[in-house]
Amino acid sequence: MALSQAEVLAGLAEIVNEETGIDTSSVQLEKSFVDDLDIDSISMLTIVMNAEGKFGVTIPEDEVANLKTVGDAVSFITNAQ
Amino acid sequence: MSQKIVVTGLGATTPLGGDVHSTWQALLAGESGISTLEQPWVELHQLPVTFAGQAKVKAKDVLSVPETKRLDPSSQFALIAAREAWEDAGKPEVDPERLSVEFATGIGGVWTLLDAYDVLKESGPRRVLPMTVPMLMPNGPAAAIGMDIAARGGVRTSVSACASSTEAIANAIARLQSGEIDVVVAGGAEAAIHPLPIAAFASMHALSRNNENPTKASRPYDTARDGFVMGEGAGALVLETESHAKARGAKIYAELVGGAVTSDAHHITAPDPEGAGAARAVIAALKQANANLEEVVHINAHATSTPVGDIAEYVALKRVFGDHLKNICFSATKSSTGHLLGGAGAIEAIFTVLALHERTAPPTINLENQDPEIPLDVVTSPRKLPDGPILAISNSFGFGGHNAVIAFRSYN
Repeated sequence: MALSQAEVLAGLAEIVNEETGIDTSSVQLEKSFVDDLDIDSISMLTIVMNAEGKFGVTIPEDEVANLKTVGDAVSFITNAQ
Repeated sequence: MSQKIVVTGLGATTPLGGDVHSTWQALLAGESGISTLEQPWVELHQLPVTFAGQAKVKAKDVLSVPETKRLDPSSQFALIAAREAWEDAGKPEVDPERLSVEFATGIGGVWTLLDAYDVLKESGPRRVLPMTVPMLMPNGPAAAIGMDIAARGGVRTSVSACASSTEAIANAIARLQSGEIDVVVAGGAEAAIHPLPIAAFASMHALSRNNENPTKASRPYDTARDGFVMGEGAGALVLETESHAKARGAKIYAELVGGAVTSDAHHITAPDPEGAGAARAVIAALKQANANLEEVVHINAHATSTPVGDIAEYVALKRVFGDHLKNICFSATKSSTGHLLGGAGAIEAIFTVLALHERTAPPTINLENQDPEIPLDVVTSPRKLPDGPILAISNSFGFGGHNAVIAFRSYN
């Protein structure tokens, strides 16, 4: 069964926390990965890979550049399930 | 102009303890850090050797989750040891451009490399983590420390197998004496208790196979020794010019008075039976120290518990010290810690520094029948060292014919 947007957000927040140490409560839909959360490109790629594994989706490489905010990633994952 | 170099901070994580104090206390108590490996891969691969010296405190219990995810286990150990040493030194205020790191590993990120290869084979290239290269590179531990303490005066890695971290400490001397650098964090780390290195070292018959009695397996100088025991962990020393240390009122453990590196060009793994290269390293280190042979009262030997290695080191030392050898007391601390490969020299340097500072040579365990071909005065229970100025050396030798020797003098 597909996960809700809130469930995807919670799962993504855990992935971000494990990779970067950023508190899960700071991982909010409107936050920019680069400007707000200060996530570097290698961490971003790792988060994408771990999200693919966790949610069973494929995030194409040319799509990653479009995932500017947490909300972008949550929407993409929710729709791709 | 030649500057005195002093040791102002110590840090370690070893099979005996998660820091210097607990490691040193366990060493003095004659404990063994060796145990049977409970990991499923031992049985899965039917490994011929089923024990090792695993770090007493797991890195994941000390570091943050992102640090454990983004650093190879060797870098994790390095960071733990370096942070303790830095703290112990009082977190020196130093111009970052005058702060360096000399940190070694023998093998590097072997866990990262082989885990990533498993992922590649099982799941394809898209699943290989982007941090794989910075995690597996042998300069990873040095770089992690350099980032952590903001060292901008150069971060270097010595790789010379089991001589690596002694070489790293020796290399710090020239940097500090150049006048360009005030403080160096030096040492080494290893995290190679992985089925492949175990299988490979076993394949060359380098490892003890005393699977029934793991705590008795590492037995340097004993007639029943049958190979070394792998260990893991890290050691770090804060080295500093005396003038810089004194200006900030630092606590000083000992003086680093000499360090030398030579090579055998004899055989890729076997020691030169004449011990000429090892002897040259000892002599060069003592020359740099402006020391007489008679000043040396204590040696932390390389002594890995292999049948030929322990004798080769004795032959080399006999060449150097002659009759004075009988007056030197020896500690073979790998009997307790196992062999930390690229981290061995660093923790043994710490033991040597503490032996001078505490005036106590640590014991060698498991010496039941001393090999008559190695008639050394081996310390088997903690022994008081003489008062007054004394000198001790620590030896490390590595596959490739690497010989590295460092010398410390008591500091008052």
